This record gives sequence, C-alpha cells and structure tokens, in this order.
Amino acid sequence: MPERSFVPSRGLVASLAVIALPLALALWASFAGETFYVTLATRIAILGLAATGLNLALGLGGLVSLGHAAFFGIGGYVAGIVASHAMEGTSVLGLPAISEMAYVWLLAAVAAGLFALVMGAISLRTSGVAFIMITLAFAQMIFYLAIAWPGYGGEDGLPITLRNGFFGLRTMRPMPFFLISFGALLFGLALFAVLKASRFGAALQAARQNGVRLASLGVEPFRIRLVAFVLSGMITALAGALYADLNRFVSPSMLSWHMSGELIVLVVLGGVGRLAGPLAGATLYVLLEHVLGGLTERWQFFLGLALLAVVLLGRGGLMSLLAPKGVRHG
Amino acid sequence: MAEPILGVSGLRKTFGALKVTDGVSLDLRPGEIHALIGPNGAGKSTLIHQICGSLAPDEGRVFFEGRDVTASTPAARARAGLGRTFQVSTVIPEFTALGHAMLAVQARQGTSFRFLRPVAGDRSLREPAMAALARVGLENRAHVPAAVLSHGERRRLEVALVLALGSKALLMDEPMAGMGSEGSRELTALLSELRREAPILMVEHDMDAVFALADRISVLVYGRIVATGTPDEIRRDPVVRQAYLGDEAS
Ligand SMILES: Nc1ncnc2c1ncn2[C@@H]1O[C@H](COP(=O)(O)OP(=O)(O)O)[C@@H](O)[C@H]1O
Ligand SMILES: [Mg+2]
Repeated sequence: MPERSFVPSRGLVASLAVIALPLALALWASFAGETFYVTLATRIAILGLAATGLNLALGLGGLVSLGHAAFFGIGGYVAGIVASHAMEGTSVLGLPAISEMAYVWLLAAVAAGLFALVMGAISLRTSGVAFIMITLAFAQMIFYLAIAWPGYGGEDGLPITLRNGFFGLRTMRPMPFFLISFGALLFGLALFAVLKASRFGAALQAARQNGVRLASLGVEPFRIRLVAFVLSGMITALAGALYADLNRFVSPSMLSWHMSGELIVLVVLGGVGRLAGPLAGATLYVLLEHVLGGLTERWQFFLGLALLAVVLLGRGGLMSLLAPKGVRHG
Repeated sequence: MAEPILGVSGLRKTFGALKVTDGVSLDLRPGEIHALIGPNGAGKSTLIHQICGSLAPDEGRVFFEGRDVTASTPAARARAGLGRTFQVSTVIPEFTALGHAMLAVQARQGTSFRFLRPVAGDRSLREPAMAALARVGLENRAHVPAAVLSHGERRRLEVALVLALGSKALLMDEPMAGMGSEGSRELTALLSELRREAPILMVEHDMDAVFALADRISVLVYGRIVATGTPDEIRRDPVVRQAYLGDEAS
C-alpha cells in the first residue's frame, strides 16, 4: 500500500527543500552579520504565508480572488492600529489595545474572517469573471476607505513605532522576528496540508473540479467554498499583520489591487494547489526583486518573463519542475 | 397500492417558444422501475433536470416522500435521498474511482466539514466505498483516476456513487448509453436487483433493457406524456406504436 510506505516522495523532499530555504538564508545571514538578508528571508516567509492563504481558495477551491489584498491589508491595519493605540494608551473600538502579536493576530483573523464571510457570501454566488470583479470591488472599497480615513494616516499610511511584542521576545531584532514569521509560515503550511488531506479538503477539491457532481452527492458547493474562502482570508490576514510589523509601517498600498495581483502571481509562479508552491513563488519573487531590482528598475519585466516561462512550460509552476504531480485521492 | 415515493404534478417548462415540458404528471412507487421513453428531443433529460432540481420548472410541483421539494436545491434533494446518474458521465477528473466513492460516503455521513483527520486510510470511508465499487465490478479499478476510466467504467462508477450514497430513489438518465451489449446485460441485472432498495425512474433508449426491466413505462412525446402502462400495455398501444415505437415493438 503506497500510503503505508515511509519512503519520502519526491514532492515531499522538494517541499521540504523549499521550506528550508528561507530558514537557511536567515541562519547564514545571522551568523555572517548580514541583517539585511535576515529581513529578506523574513519577507519571503511572510509573502509565502500570505500566498499560502490564497492557495487554499485559489489552488484547492479554484477561486480566483482578486481581493485578497483586503485581507492582507486588514491584517496590516489591525497590527498598526493596535500598536498605535497601545503607544497612546487608548482603547480600540472598546477593546483594549494590547501590543502583543498573539492578540493582534487573533483580532486580525476575526476581522478578516468576518469581511471574507460577507465578501464570499456575495461573490461566491457568481463564478468566472463576475467572481473576480466582485472580489476586486470589495478590496477597492476597503482601499478607498483607508485613503479617506484620516484617523490612521490616510494616504500617507501609519507608522508603527515599536513592533508588537511576542511573549517577551525582542521582536525589534531581525532574527527573533524572522523566527516568529517563519513559525507562522510553518503553521500556515501545516494547516494547508491538513485541510487538503481532510474530508473538507476532498469536498473543496471536488467543488473545484466538478461542482455539479458534488451537489449530486448532497454537498452544497457554495458552503464548502465559503468556508474555504473565510479560512483563506484569515491566513492571509495573519501574514498581513506580520508584514506591517516587519516594515513597521502600514499603508493603503497593502490593500491595493496590485497586491492582490501579486499574490496570484506568487501562487501561479510556484504551483497552484501545491503545498510549497506559494512559498516557492515568493522566494523567486523576492530574490528576483533583490538581484534584478538592484540592476534595473524594470525588474518586473523579468518577473513577467519568468511567469510566462512557468505558465507556458511548467504549467504546474516551479513545484512541478521540482517534483511532477502524482495521483491523488485514494 | 403503496404511496408513491416520488411525485411530479403539472410540470411545465418552456425554452422560448418551445414547450419542453408540457404539463407532465407522473410518479414512482416503492420497488418499481418506471421507464421514461420517447424520441430524441422529447424533453426527457429536461424533465429529469427539473425533478433533481438542476432546472427550475415554470409551473408544477415535485414531491419526494410526501414533501414538496420544488424549491429545494439539487444538493438538498440528494440529501433527502433522491439520487441521480447523469446522461453524460460526470466525474471529478483528478479523483480516483475510490476517491469518488469515499466522497459519496462522507456526503452520506454528512461529515464534509471535518477538517483534521486525513481521508487516506480512513476505514470508515474506505470500506463502504470499496463495497459500493465491488457491487458494480470496479473494485480492481479503485485506484484509477476517473479521467483515465473507460466510458463503460464511468457509467458503472455513476451507479456505484448512488449505491454509496444509499439513495432512497434514483433518477437515471440513459444508464445504458454506450455500454456495449455485455455491459448492458450486467447493468440490467444490477438495476433489476437494485429496484428493491431504491425504486428507479429511468430514461432509456435501449428498448431491450426497457422491456426487460420496467414495471411501468411512460412515453413522452413533445413534452407530453402520451401513455403510461405496463410494458405489455405500451407494446399494444396504437398511439405509442405510431408515435414512437414503430417496428421495434413488434
Ligand atoms: N437549456 C436549454 N435551452 C434551450 N433549449 C433547450 C435547453 N435544454 C434542452 N433544450 C431543448 O429542449 C428539447 C428537449 O431536450 P432534452 O430534454 O435534452 O430531450 P431528450 O432528453 O428527450 O432527448 C430539445 O429540443 C433541446 O434542444
Ligand atoms: Mg436526453
């Protein structure tokens, strides 16, 4: 029986390699005293987590959301708003402003989850281009709200003087903050893997491949997709909170449709539906940006080329080049 | 006479000027196979779609176990126990035959919102799923992705899924289509046995199968039922012979 054997599959080895990469980079950089590269590895981990959230909806559920910047930005603004109120010693919407990441993440996940519930309940009644446009419209609403609301920086964004804390760790230092982010990434990846292998994951993948068949078995594809969409938004919001703490700054650009597009690019580049795909995409993206961004302002041109190559040649993204996909489900 | 498990009354559906379903009433009783026959384009598939809920009728009602399910979604009707097979096999391409059957078992259990335990190696799914596959002779093809299954195997997988679901009544749109003569014979035997577990409303073009299986036959022409009766009655019916059966019935 294949599922009883303990020989690691090529896919697992490739996934572990991709996951180990940012950790290796950060450890090396930390020992070499190159704090800049620790930050680079942190960026990879956080963007990888954000895209892993999207991968749940897009990869497993086939839901091409062009609105995930909303969740990313909601996470970011929750981190920024809590941090700024904590500095002033005031409360937020009647809630205490505790500058602790665990608390920030909880609020971010709840806020993004509620927003995803509304957005999904409306957008998931449609499909194709209409779905893409409705998710985009929801994200744009939040984007303009953030610009128009002067209380939290408006167009200029909101600086975070001190990163939120994490159980007494020195979060302002690069390495502890990397480890927190990497831990969150591992949590996101584990959640994705567990969900994918579960009964819910089977139903979600069935909903993507043949919703009519799933409905004929008595399972409403809408409900399955809605739950996936909410979970997806919550994971991306967690990444958003970390991203704001990383940059010690949150601005409407986190909510812009460029950000939504970028997240889709990461997933497609790395491998739609593959566990480590979004992280592979984030790694390539951040490294390209770093290497080519130093040489030319037009580095995104090369990103476009890479994307074309992956979509035309690799189809399944970077992960399918590293480990071609096997058969799934029984 | 036993109460019908499924009833349709006064169903109407038009596509533009075309009356595809023109005041159809029929029922399905426990233990029977009720065959729906009629020329191509008569509106048989459209009628099945309205009964299973994938198409809303303009007028009329659908009752299942005495409940009005006209407004229910296809999934809700399936949960209530109304199973269906499709005219064109409808599979989940990347799922294996076993993956399909396991999904049907979890749907029957109502456990699709379990997030943690992996389905692979879950015996509470696998065992009933394998049993359903074995009943249609697919147990040796359990690990083959549906995209690779042959046409006849997909037809049988369709039947395995309603078995795994434990449906109380079945709608089958041309289950024999493209099965080949041996496949049809095997499926005929299986359906004949199955009617005691779940009565079947079956659209079918294969007249050998229809006359071998059906307890009652309804003839649909231009969206109207022109005759309902036992196979003998239908064979003798002059309207039916003229409108549809032609030489085949002689
Ligand atoms: N969605 C639709 N829109 C317009 N016409 C349709 C649609 N579905 C079916 N029809 C037409 O309705 C008639 C009956 O089709 P159908 O129910 O598939 O017939 P049957 O299954 O008896 O061969 C055909 O003339 C078909 O072209
Ligand atoms: Mg038809």
